[in-house]
Amino acid sequence: MSYFTAQIRHIGAMAAVLLATTSMASAFTACQVTDTGGIDDNSFNQTAWKGVEDAMADFGIEGRYLESQAETDYEANINALIDGDCGVIITVGFLLGDATKTAAEANPDQKFSIVDFAYDPTIPNILGQVYATDEAAFLAGYLAAGVSQTKILGVFGGINIPPVTIFMDGFSRGVDYYNAAKGASVVVLGWDPDTREGLFTNNFESLDDGRAYAQNLYDEGADIVLPVAGPVGLGSAALADELGPDRLKIIGVDADLYLTDPEKGHVYLTSITKRMDATVRGVIEMAMNDQFEGGVLVGSLKNGGVDLAPFHDMEDIVPDDLKAELDALRAGIIDGSISVRP
Amino acid sequence: MTDTTMTDLMKAKVIGRTEIEDLVVVPLFAVIMALLLGALTMLATNVDLATIGASYVALLKGSVGSLNAVSETLTAAAPLVLAGLGLALGFRAGLFNIGAEGQVLMGGMAAVVTGFSFASLPAVILLPMSLLAGALAGALYASIAGWLRAATGAHEVISTIMLNLISYRLLDYMLRLPFIQKEGRADPISKSVPDAAELPRLLGFLDPNLRVHAGIFLVLIAVVVVYWVLFRSKLGFEFRASGENAEAARFAGIHSGVIIVAAMATAGALAGLAGANQVLGVLGRATPGFSAGIGFDAIAVALLGRSHPVGVLFAGLLFGALKAGGRQMQVDAGVSIDLIGIIQALIIVFIAAPLLVRALFPWGFRHAKGGPS
Repeated sequence: MSYFTAQIRHIGAMAAVLLATTSMASAFTACQVTDTGGIDDNSFNQTAWKGVEDAMADFGIEGRYLESQAETDYEANINALIDGDCGVIITVGFLLGDATKTAAEANPDQKFSIVDFAYDPTIPNILGQVYATDEAAFLAGYLAAGVSQTKILGVFGGINIPPVTIFMDGFSRGVDYYNAAKGASVVVLGWDPDTREGLFTNNFESLDDGRAYAQNLYDEGADIVLPVAGPVGLGSAALADELGPDRLKIIGVDADLYLTDPEKGHVYLTSITKRMDATVRGVIEMAMNDQFEGGVLVGSLKNGGVDLAPFHDMEDIVPDDLKAELDALRAGIIDGSISVRP
Repeated sequence: MTDTTMTDLMKAKVIGRTEIEDLVVVPLFAVIMALLLGALTMLATNVDLATIGASYVALLKGSVGSLNAVSETLTAAAPLVLAGLGLALGFRAGLFNIGAEGQVLMGGMAAVVTGFSFASLPAVILLPMSLLAGALAGALYASIAGWLRAATGAHEVISTIMLNLISYRLLDYMLRLPFIQKEGRADPISKSVPDAAELPRLLGFLDPNLRVHAGIFLVLIAVVVVYWVLFRSKLGFEFRASGENAEAARFAGIHSGVIIVAAMATAGALAGLAGANQVLGVLGRATPGFSAGIGFDAIAVALLGRSHPVGVLFAGLLFGALKAGGRQMQVDAGVSIDLIGIIQALIIVFIAAPLLVRALFPWGFRHAKGGPS
């Protein structure tokens, strides 16, 4: 029966080849399905797509992407690419986890890689890319606690899913670490790592929400806000731009937002970078060289998969001894002497 | 009004020459103009001619060019037609219902909850029961706006928009309730519906990737039923009479308050069915974004279909085709999916301005009386 369906699909693929151009035979194509934030979100999806772009430049391959406009698109988008002769299909985001699994099981010969999802047990044709984002977020929390004037920090997330809350966990534990070390009492609004409850916009699209949530946190006294919601954070940056960075600073996520959002670059204290571009490029290279196998790839401070971006315009605001403490912390996290998890 | 004229009116031919122009010619030219302007938009954003050509070929290929494409078109069209039928019925009764989105959400949610709560029942009972729950929830939610209109005069445009906003937050809240939320997840996502409550996939035996499901039969039944209700039943006559002239209808003995609530409830039932169709046929569970703007796209579908059930069917198929084809446009030509949104919006603009279409394509229409022939 499966032989029969494979034949049907084979005939379909032949027809597609007849319709399409001749260049398909030789070139390797890396395909990507974005989450609902869109390919140009300055953050999550864009960083992952940069990995494909880098691979296109470095290896001379072709790249394609499909934007998901709604959750109903995930499965259809993946299916559309299965017909499209992709060397590897990269799905971007935890929420695509179920759809990717379904597609991978229905198409065992197609290589898949998913950002932000690790299957347990692993699936032979899916390579999961996950990130120890809490390590970098821990540094960001320590930094923010040291820089804050009001001693109140704010954080909110997109949806209450592990790849989002891991930022919030690391951030609040970094603040706790600062409080314990300095005998300070800096407060984090918007996330309670014990009850797993906090402030969530429940979407990854609305810049208006990003603005409103940051306004609420600012009204409660926060002078540094960490939005963990992809493009939603751009709305928070717009508010910080209007208030002025003296009154409200933003910490970026995923990419170095000072670089990807240059118009509002001056409001970013730093960014917690999640180098999806590096891991995506690496996965493509593996798939090209037949080194691909299913499993899990973890990005950490140690291998550069996650990091804290430079302070750029805020360089002078961060005291030198705080910078030195951050360097010591980073070394401690990397060699394992400091644990960012309880 | 005597009984004979009443029957005559109800049996009168529904479609004449002007209706055909209105139902077929205007939408046809609207689509053509939208595609042309879409090409111009691409040109203006530095897309070269070859890519524009390739993207429209991909649009065709992705919507009707293969079995998978047709399957995707039908899958995307089904909820749009269902919700569009409800809106069309409301428009006929003079009610501008913006609330389909909220009704889709409530309907879908009710269908999911019914589905997993009675998971032990066999499919022949569970599936109809889940669909019915979806329709009922949609009907109840819509009749709130109907009742507000009938009892207090609150305009349904305002109240349905507000009910949409309420439904988003209500959904977020319900998806976190322990008995609805999926085990082991912290994010708002419902339990999955059991196989017995799922609308079976029709072509799964050919290829597991073909998503077209039994919901399309639901759509066809709904088209026939709505047609019958609107044009062949007393209730439908009362809907239309109230829509044409509410004052006159009232003097003719039609109880406008009841008609408003009934029309809203029927519209809501269809929108709720659209939501049930999505969760039972496509997604298998509910998440915050599962309505995916269907309720709003359905307004366009109802307008494009000129609030006629058959028109709505074809308009829904067109929008489904644009959705499925738009995906292929991205894959083959690398053109942004946003362009599909632009084309859809342009279609609406031209539909909403039939005089503009008539002015642009004078040879497509019979000339007005007294004009040169």
